[in-house]
Amino acid sequence: MTSVPKFDQVKVGEELKPLVLPPVSRHQLALYCGGSGDHNPIHVDLDFAKKFGFKDVFAHGMLSMAFLGRLVTGYAPNNRVRKLGTRFTSITWVGDVITVSGKVTGKREENGEKLIDLEIKCTNQNGQDTLQGHATVAAV
Amino acid sequence: MELDKKLIGHTFKPFTTTVEAGKIRLFCKAIGEEDPIYTDEAAAKSAGYRGITAPLTFLRALQADDPNKGGLLRLLNVDIGLILHGEQHFEYFAPVVVGDKVTCQEKVVDIYDKKGGALWFVVQEMEMKDQTGKLVAKGKGVTVVRNPDAAKK
Repeated sequence: MTSVPKFDQVKVGEELKPLVLPPVSRHQLALYCGGSGDHNPIHVDLDFAKKFGFKDVFAHGMLSMAFLGRLVTGYAPNNRVRKLGTRFTSITWVGDVITVSGKVTGKREENGEKLIDLEIKCTNQNGQDTLQGHATVAAV
Repeated sequence: MELDKKLIGHTFKPFTTTVEAGKIRLFCKAIGEEDPIYTDEAAAKSAGYRGITAPLTFLRALQADDPNKGGLLRLLNVDIGLILHGEQHFEYFAPVVVGDKVTCQEKVVDIYDKKGGALWFVVQEMEMKDQTGKLVAKGKGVTVVRNPDAAKK
């Protein structure tokens, strides 16, 4: 179980423990298609993807955002997360190995809560960022 | 292709969906999430939740329960093969758990283009309320539409 971060012990600049994921597989995209309710064929049907000018199917942006979510809920419990957001900056292809990383960028108090701001991202095996995101969690 | 900026302000019909354990289980399998608070009621309760909890980005899967799914594409008259997800943001006010009846309301808040109309951006905001009417989350998404005519110029 994830414990709640202690505000006084958190240091701006400190890094979260990165998450290195298994290579994205077609099977995973099929599971996410069903599991997320996002049935866009571009993520699972090669013929469809090619028809729209792509070399292959590619991962749902929201699959990678779920990886960001996993990183954040590994740092603070689900019910302490106040914000999670991202830009999708490049496509994640089948076979890509995604590393999710993050660091503390700020500490502040707002509405009686002790908040910690995080910068989080997904990076592929070539060192290219695929998602550039942010999160805010409430500490104690 | 040009998107109609008069659609800014369009509000979609709200819908209500029930948070289901089986859907969360499949979602967790797909994303590799193994924390038992997402699958085991006893574990969730001992961690301080009302019940089996929705992962942070499962809210988007709840949005996909819309009985009028695909409404944005029909509104814009855009083929699904032309869209990409540009941005997604959530604000959380309370956890959503299995059994909750969540009402989602979405609207179009902006439409603009870049690169001389080669790419169009549609910004949508979403509000989610639980069965008591309490606001549990807000979402903001940016859908990117690739203009199929751009390459022909």
